Amino acid sequence: MSGGVDSAVAAARAVDAGHEVTGVHLALSRTPGTLRTGSRGCCTIEDSRDAWRAADLLGIPYYVWDFSERFQADVVDDFVAEYAAGRTPNPCLRCNEKIKFAALLEKALALGFDAVCTGHYAKVVDGAGGGRELHRAADWAKDQSYVLGVLTAEQLEHVLLPLAETPSKAEVRAEAARRGLSVAQKPDSHDICFIPDGDTRGWLAERIELAEGEIKDVEGNVLGTHPGANAFTVGQRKGLRIGTPAPDGKPRFVLEIRPKTNEVVVGPEAMLAVDELRGIRPTWAGRPVPEAAELLRDGRAAGEASLSFPVLAQVRAHGDPVPARALLELVEGPDGPDGAPAPELVVRLDEPMRGVAPGQSLVLYQGTRVLGQATIDRAHSLARPDVAASR
Amino acid sequence: MPRNTVYLDHAATAPLRPSALAAVTEQLARGGNPSSLHRPGRAARAVVEQAREEIAAALGADPVEVVLTSGGTEADNLAVQGLYRHRRAADPRRRRVLVSSVEHAAVAETAEWLAAHEGAEAVWLPVDAHGRVEPEAVREELARDPGSVALLSVMWANNEVGTVQPVAELAALAEEFGVPFHCDAVQAFGSLPVDAHLPGLTTLAVSAHKLGGPVGAGALVVGRTVGLEPVQHGGGQERKVRSGTLDAAAIAGFGVAAREAAAERQDESARLAALRDRLVDGVRRAVPGAVLRGPEDREHAGTRLPGNAHFTFPGCEGDSLLFLLDGAGIASSTGSACHAGVPRPSSVLLAMGLDETTARGAQRFSLGRTSTAEDVDALLAALPEVHERALRAGLSGAALR
Repeated sequence: MSGGVDSAVAAARAVDAGHEVTGVHLALSRTPGTLRTGSRGCCTIEDSRDAWRAADLLGIPYYVWDFSERFQADVVDDFVAEYAAGRTPNPCLRCNEKIKFAALLEKALALGFDAVCTGHYAKVVDGAGGGRELHRAADWAKDQSYVLGVLTAEQLEHVLLPLAETPSKAEVRAEAARRGLSVAQKPDSHDICFIPDGDTRGWLAERIELAEGEIKDVEGNVLGTHPGANAFTVGQRKGLRIGTPAPDGKPRFVLEIRPKTNEVVVGPEAMLAVDELRGIRPTWAGRPVPEAAELLRDGRAAGEASLSFPVLAQVRAHGDPVPARALLELVEGPDGPDGAPAPELVVRLDEPMRGVAPGQSLVLYQGTRVLGQATIDRAHSLARPDVAASR
Repeated sequence: MPRNTVYLDHAATAPLRPSALAAVTEQLARGGNPSSLHRPGRAARAVVEQAREEIAAALGADPVEVVLTSGGTEADNLAVQGLYRHRRAADPRRRRVLVSSVEHAAVAETAEWLAAHEGAEAVWLPVDAHGRVEPEAVREELARDPGSVALLSVMWANNEVGTVQPVAELAALAEEFGVPFHCDAVQAFGSLPVDAHLPGLTTLAVSAHKLGGPVGAGALVVGRTVGLEPVQHGGGQERKVRSGTLDAAAIAGFGVAAREAAAERQDESARLAALRDRLVDGVRRAVPGAVLRGPEDREHAGTRLPGNAHFTFPGCEGDSLLFLLDGAGIASSTGSACHAGVPRPSSVLLAMGLDETTARGAQRFSLGRTSTAEDVDALLAALPEVHERALRAGLSGAALR
């Protein structure tokens, strides 16, 4: 229970459903702030008190569990390291993967609980072929299945998402008010919980050593300098401060970050369009699709590929899904255990996508069902002859 | 608290004595401001003074020395801040505040605050593996430069591990060096023969709710000649040391609780010590790896609070043990206060030389007036399964994969 309205209502519904519910608030910071500022939805003592009060009203026990060290290592440090490597991570997804449905779930199971129940807007259902499936929430505007795309079949066995069928957030607020929960009108949380003022760039600048470097176009011409390549994100337009305008007079966008040479590559918006994405460390939210299952099952040689299958590909929490065909390819790499070939996800988009950055999670859907996800390693641009599909 | 709860957290707060409850409600209904001169005021004042006499008698103090406060924390703050300011005003060289490294936050945080805001230097006195302050180390600190010491503060007995401090020795040392000595006796009062007139003792803090009185009442014993700056200013009540309208109802309950606790103390302490030993033996049988923290009272009588048992359970999180015991209807504690709702390894255990991981496995069981052999047996019956589960949950917060 974060102290927000969603988890409070989720807990209430779990109680109504007859479960034996215990409220747990995650302490994710060693030095939490006292009062909520702006739109922060977690981590302050005020939020902890809000969650506690909701638990009181529901008549359930309430505890604060300290995962601050794990959160620091697995989410915050990872966030910094990813940016330092020129990638764009999603910390909420990482938190779900490493904390909420890993550290927390493991501890809960060991203590005798059966499942972790959260206020996420997504749906877990029993699959046709056995096992459980993850689906989008009824309310697509609030759908959070993207950030749950990292969950595995095993984790889904122990997940309870009572807000799945809720038609809207307004409904949740109204229900909270009906139940007398004081958090009914609490503002939604935005941004990244551990960056209280929302200034991600400023926060990163304090943690990543930034050195001045060159801004280049795709032909390799130097257009100017930047204060540090790692503070930029692919697709970014603001803050480039290039003196000379582009020949066509149109704005330029960050196309690529090169952390090794500390270079930022910019170009016209059209060059942001990509038609092929490659993802590493794929995971399956439930049973893998039949086309991929065979490849995953037994040891195969590098270079082999699965049959392709139709998917909807999504690269941001509220991004538009794009029709595509996906397949798995076995590649030699450091990711495989004992140097064995590791599967990589190759997604060929039916229509191009813009602003795809390495580090983002590429979540695959079929209809409303989440198939799984992989971390984007590289993307192939149609309009950039200088970058091949594989670096 | 629910009737079916096995309450093993008397050190946090003791169940209210029915007699104290009666005294509180009676005075609440009666009303009156003890400072008023008319009849209702006089009636309230009579209740307060009666209670003051009972509290004084239980502490071996004179009634006039008892300054009534809102509780132990306020009493500790008044003593540490009040003594520090008075001493420094007389001689600005007196900056050093000598504090044991196992003090309750009411003293420790106050010393920190004085260091951060009023130019004090907090000197943390070391303890041995059982949490006992070493008098020789105190002598060394005092002798280093007696003229620079503002005060010495060491508790009578520790709230977490139950260690009884060598208070008489420390008070004598303070007297020898001409330094005021404050003692936080919040946990000791009611369990040990606390003597406010111990030679060398300057101020003594106690609280009502640890002995079956209401929460919201406490006292600081301040000798007639002690120089102490007030912290709270106003109408000049309580010898102008502690302004504010007296809570006559809570004080009435405090008086009754103090009187009864003093009368029962010897028999009750012997009973609790026996019950505590039964608990300690049982825990050791149930979980052979569990380590009793603080002194073994049986080997050295009087070195530990009779109602206190404190263990560390290797491989477990104190948090998990508390949660699982709570689920089994047993109320216990990790011993240390939560910091902002986030349980932290106890600074007391760290001062005793434990590493952070070991310190996280702490669990305190504290017995009191209402404790029975059945309570202890209920704990021992639940413990094996609780321990096994907590072990499985492991140090999930601490261990990094």
